[in-house]
Amino acid sequence: MKVDDYLVRRGLRKFKRIRAWAFAAVIWLWQSLSVLAQESPLPQSGSTSDFRWFDTHRWNVFLALVIIFFLIIYFIEKAKQGKNLFVRRIAGLDAIEEAVGRATEMGKPILYVPGIDDMNNIQTVASMIILGNVARMVAQYDTPLIVPLRMPFVLPVAEEAVKQGYMAAGRPDAFQKDNIRFISDEQFAYAAGVNGIMLRERPAANLLLGSFFAESLVLAETGFSTGAIQVAGTANIHQLPFFVVACDYTLIGEELFAASAYLSKEPKLLGALKGSDYAKAIILLALIIGAILMSFNIDWFKNWFFVE
Amino acid sequence: MRKEVPLIITFLAGTFFIADYFIPHSGFSKMAESVNGWTIIVIAFSYILGVANVARVNLDQIQKGSKDKFYKIILLVCLFFMSIAGIVWGIQGGSVFDWFFLNVYYPMQSTMFALLAFYIASAAFRAFRIRSIQAALLAITAVLVMIGRVPVGEAIWKDFSIFSEWIMNVPQLAGKRAILIGAALGAISTGLKVIAGLERTHLGQD
Amino acid sequence: MKRLLETINSLDRRYIFLFIGLAVSLPLFFPIGIKFTVTHPVQGFYNTIEKVPNGSKILMSCDYDPGSAPELYPMTISALEQMFKKDLKVVITCLWPAGPPLVEKALAHVTPQYHKQPGIDYVNLGFKEGREVVMVSMGASIPNTFPTDYQGKPVSQIPIMQGVTNFKDVAMIVNISAGYPGTKEWVQQVQSRYQIDLVAGCTAVSAPEFYPYYQTGQLKGLLGGMKGAAEYEKLVGFKGLGTRGMDAQSISHLTVFLFILIGNLAYFALRFWKGKASR
Repeated sequence: MKVDDYLVRRGLRKFKRIRAWAFAAVIWLWQSLSVLAQESPLPQSGSTSDFRWFDTHRWNVFLALVIIFFLIIYFIEKAKQGKNLFVRRIAGLDAIEEAVGRATEMGKPILYVPGIDDMNNIQTVASMIILGNVARMVAQYDTPLIVPLRMPFVLPVAEEAVKQGYMAAGRPDAFQKDNIRFISDEQFAYAAGVNGIMLRERPAANLLLGSFFAESLVLAETGFSTGAIQVAGTANIHQLPFFVVACDYTLIGEELFAASAYLSKEPKLLGALKGSDYAKAIILLALIIGAILMSFNIDWFKNWFFVE
Repeated sequence: MRKEVPLIITFLAGTFFIADYFIPHSGFSKMAESVNGWTIIVIAFSYILGVANVARVNLDQIQKGSKDKFYKIILLVCLFFMSIAGIVWGIQGGSVFDWFFLNVYYPMQSTMFALLAFYIASAAFRAFRIRSIQAALLAITAVLVMIGRVPVGEAIWKDFSIFSEWIMNVPQLAGKRAILIGAALGAISTGLKVIAGLERTHLGQD
Repeated sequence: MKRLLETINSLDRRYIFLFIGLAVSLPLFFPIGIKFTVTHPVQGFYNTIEKVPNGSKILMSCDYDPGSAPELYPMTISALEQMFKKDLKVVITCLWPAGPPLVEKALAHVTPQYHKQPGIDYVNLGFKEGREVVMVSMGASIPNTFPTDYQGKPVSQIPIMQGVTNFKDVAMIVNISAGYPGTKEWVQQVQSRYQIDLVAGCTAVSAPEFYPYYQTGQLKGLLGGMKGAAEYEKLVGFKGLGTRGMDAQSISHLTVFLFILIGNLAYFALRFWKGKASR
């Protein structure tokens, strides 16, 4: 039967794909083991090669990571069980929805600047997550969303995040690929380009969320001069003062990373947020204990945190 | 497989580089080194993507006859001219590329950076109004640090710079470290979520 | 009077721009010569380079572009001056694409007076894309990471690079950076792994971020902004761009302070006026 043939063909294609990936994985594993096998298991005299499988000088970092991971996983499981997890109100994140509404009323676009760093910066990853949520919001109201980019590597990620946001809102037809633009990889050329967009398109809201450097004040001040509502957020501490003075709302440090959980209200993400909050409480306790002990010249506790 | 493959790659790559921090075995480090080499190549290729996007978006706007098409033409001409000049005549000192870099690009970049001086003055004038106790603290600290970190501060009071350094080294640093710790934890949490596949929005999947 | 206060309270920012423009430019034409002292982080920068034995090799990473050149270029010049005075051999790399021409400019400015030869006393290895990956890669092999210099000459044919494999073969690292990748990445990826002496120069706005590293000893010295450059020039023994900019910076800071003061006085006067009127 034709349907059977089709299913068999599809199954065969899937089998061939899995076989190809398995083959690639075997090759990769074989090459890796060959590299490892080239090293003698016994250190040769005068050799500078290291054959240890764990750096014991970093066990304190490893233990800290394990504790943080445990806390995050624990609270994710708690969230999955349906426990209600409280997260305090973050004015900047509430303002995003307000900004989208304002832009819709005014019939003006929203400008989303995801920072100037590449995808290897976790702030850019967090910004892409927020972009997806913002895209879902604006798709419902048919508000144009302009996303200027500094790094070409971020371009396909931003396109996909916005497209998926529009699709999740049931508006794939409203997605405009040309609104996600690579400007320039030069910092101030990028700032000049974004300023030009602000002054020409006159967005009603500017969302400056990600990793920023010296261009932060140039962007924020130009945005202020156009009368747009501005929500900024970065974990780059040296730029926070500029955003605080020039923007209406500022997300400080970890509030940027909390945004994905806050906007989506997804239990797993809220659980992860709770876990990192408890980890912060442990660090706070360690700081207090360490400060008290050091006041009495007891330094073993402080030395435990030293990383060679 | 369209959903699973990116997640598997993310998981393997993420755990590999976390493990690289803890495993000093030279064979393992060599593997990490070769992966780092691939990363450099992939990042370099992404610039082709960027140039293609710039060309496509701006050519579209020019063809549609947008009101700023003159600037878009200049943008494309400059982009291709500098690329061709660099490839054909090289980028060493004395070349065409080098001349445009030093005499056009360098002053333009410096000008954009210099705008910050004007913008900070207007932002400070607007934002440092003592409307509350926190605003008063902000304004007073900003003024003290601003004056203390230039020679005129020492001319007013010889220990002004020491006092300003104390503000930078003690209360400012304390606040900064607190934000840094919070941001680092947020980064670890986000990284874990991405590696474990809990967070998929950046891959375009919910 | 009320109208004047209202005008001041909502002053057009172009007037502020005008006064700032005058405050910055006039001292450049009519220098005042305000004196200043050298701070500890800058002294640490100078002392760390001074302690290096004469003739040793130093790795210098110039990670900035023309935008931050006014603050960082004077630091580069001063650092090269100090290093060439001590007959140190300088291997220069850049992690920002616009860095190499600025390095060439600095070398052209400094090398003639010390009669330094390219390839023998210094080399500009140019730019490499990859950010932290490049730093980690240099820890394994600098010649593999930078196979040619900025002029395209193979590194194997450059005399100064003989015997330079990785960070163990240089006495210290001098980093002049404007942001990312920069000082923080050098501390995290290189200093913490290889425990090599590292000093840094950065923009004034970034300097507070690196004080923790200076306090913990991960950075042996730190130059912050144009003032840091001016203090460093004082230690090295010449009056360069950093020193010349100090008067302009001082007067412009005072101008900003005056605007803040006037703005607050107008704000409080208006509040008092409105309060009185409502009673």
